Amino acid sequence: METKIEIKHLYKIFGDDPQAMLQKIRDGVTKDELNDQYNHVLGLSDINLKMPAKGIQVVMGLSGSGKSTLIRHINRLIEPTAGEVWIDGENVLSMDEKTLREFRRNRASMVFQKFALLPHRTVMENTIYGLAIQGMAEKQAAKHASHWIERVGLAGYEDNYPGQLSGGMQQRVGLARALATDADILLMDEAFSALDPLIRTDMQNILLDLQQELHKTIVFITHDLEEALRIGDQIAILRDGEVIQQGTPQQIVLKPKDDYIADFTKDINRGRVIQLKTIMKAPNDKTGPELSGEMLVEDAAQLVTESPSSQARVTDDHGNVIGVVGINDLIRAMARPDIESRLEEL
Amino acid sequence: MEWLTEFPELGRSDLRDLRKGIDQGFKEFTRAYGENIESFFEPLLHFLIWLEKLLLATPWPILIAAVCLIAWIASRSIKIVIGSAISLFMIGFLGMWEDTMSTVSIIIVCTLLCIGLGLPIGILMSRSDRAQGIVTPILDVMQTIPSFVYLIPVVMLLGIGKVPGLISVIIYAIPPMIRLTNLGIRLVDKEVLEAADAFGASPWQKLTQVQIPLALPNIFAGVNQTIMMSLAMVVIASMIGVTGLGQPVLKAISNQYLAMGLFNGLAIVALAIIFDRISQSYGKRLQSYRGGLGE
Repeated sequence: METKIEIKHLYKIFGDDPQAMLQKIRDGVTKDELNDQYNHVLGLSDINLKMPAKGIQVVMGLSGSGKSTLIRHINRLIEPTAGEVWIDGENVLSMDEKTLREFRRNRASMVFQKFALLPHRTVMENTIYGLAIQGMAEKQAAKHASHWIERVGLAGYEDNYPGQLSGGMQQRVGLARALATDADILLMDEAFSALDPLIRTDMQNILLDLQQELHKTIVFITHDLEEALRIGDQIAILRDGEVIQQGTPQQIVLKPKDDYIADFTKDINRGRVIQLKTIMKAPNDKTGPELSGEMLVEDAAQLVTESPSSQARVTDDHGNVIGVVGINDLIRAMARPDIESRLEEL
Repeated sequence: MEWLTEFPELGRSDLRDLRKGIDQGFKEFTRAYGENIESFFEPLLHFLIWLEKLLLATPWPILIAAVCLIAWIASRSIKIVIGSAISLFMIGFLGMWEDTMSTVSIIIVCTLLCIGLGLPIGILMSRSDRAQGIVTPILDVMQTIPSFVYLIPVVMLLGIGKVPGLISVIIYAIPPMIRLTNLGIRLVDKEVLEAADAFGASPWQKLTQVQIPLALPNIFAGVNQTIMMSLAMVVIASMIGVTGLGQPVLKAISNQYLAMGLFNGLAIVALAIIFDRISQSYGKRLQSYRGGLGE
């Protein structure tokens, strides 16, 4: 997969003398020692990430893991202590002020956790904000913005103020504002975290729908693994300022790198993450419905249950049968991983 | 143990020399630059006189109508409009029309100057902690020093008249404008500012499209305070030749004319209330979006 954003050896230390502390970290001082003895906070430590072009890269971590700090390095709202962020062959961290401004105007837009809309401007005026900064004429900007307001489902609310809208609607404005600039990178900092669960799912659907046709490079920050697995093409898990695992949702769920991640993933509904091609067996003679290898276990379960042979045939992109899954395989895939060991204990 | 009970003060003659030195120095400064400074303020004087003449030349019904119109545009409240009309009419009816017009003209000029000077200073303060550190104590001095004290050098420099009066009113009235501009900009939501940065706003775009609009309610409170304080200063400024409602008040004090003092004093109060209600309700309307009620 083509890489759009590459982060190399990125460090961020908060405190009075980060450069001196950087050397100490490289010499092996731990985050806790740095905090207790030197009164500096290690925000990010040696981050190396390659984010796929036209894909959704999720960065997941609990609060304090450094994920919001990380995303702010991509458009340099935060200055790093050391490291590089390469986008399209350019290091963002070495851009001068003017180039950086142009980069932010045209190539990377952002959606914020608390929406960060301009309260004194209407939905329309908020949506054209990025375009106005680019210098687009008002009429053209308004036309462009109307399109995006409609796409996020806010047609008819153009003249309302953000204060008159619900949280979910406000974040739609945030999304429309970010999409309107036509930047091919979209940075989303816990964009849906402040929303109710139902509305959050709604917004995830909107994002996934839009992504189907827009193919932007999206960096999505969240503390919610469920959300990460649902929308991520790639997931990086961050803890204490370090990346502890990165991979596809299936890799994270099936092969958690350590107990910390395993702990996270054990309560996850695996049926919504694992694809048929991951668990299929060699083809046999029995029949059954033909299902795509990329179908999720949960979606296949109903169909397989109804099939007389209790199995389905798995096909690749061209419709060739490449394997089969039986109902037992589906149940096993969905079961919690620690069930076996618990049964042994009984 | 004499040093404990006797304060170690400067000798009498030394003290006199010090005072003399300061007075002399300032006098020389006045002699050298007084005229230049005076001519520097010349346009201001012309503007002030022009405005006063304009207000006096305008037929009174038109002027009251104009005030009512402004009150309506700013407040959309019929109560304020009617209140303004009645108070203005009473002022004229009791023979204080001309003095009131000259007070209004000086208040208008003073407010415009306070906004023109205070806004940029406030913005500068909000952008740099250093500037804030320098300006804040100066504002403290301006607000606490008895106003008579700075009347002295102003009169020495510019003599008695409208311009020195105007300057002393500005010294008294500008601090809230500066302070509230600074405060308003500093209180602007950090996240909204971050969003502006993320979309590549230049410092100027951030200032004009985000910071000032969001600070406007506070800035407006500053304008309101400035108007109120300049009205309060008008009486004191009349001691150095500012015409208007202050002068009859001053005359009333020295001659114990109770009714004259009361009428003119109440006229100042009426002006204050008109200015205050209009500017406050306008300020409130500016932030109607906050309450979730559109225009």
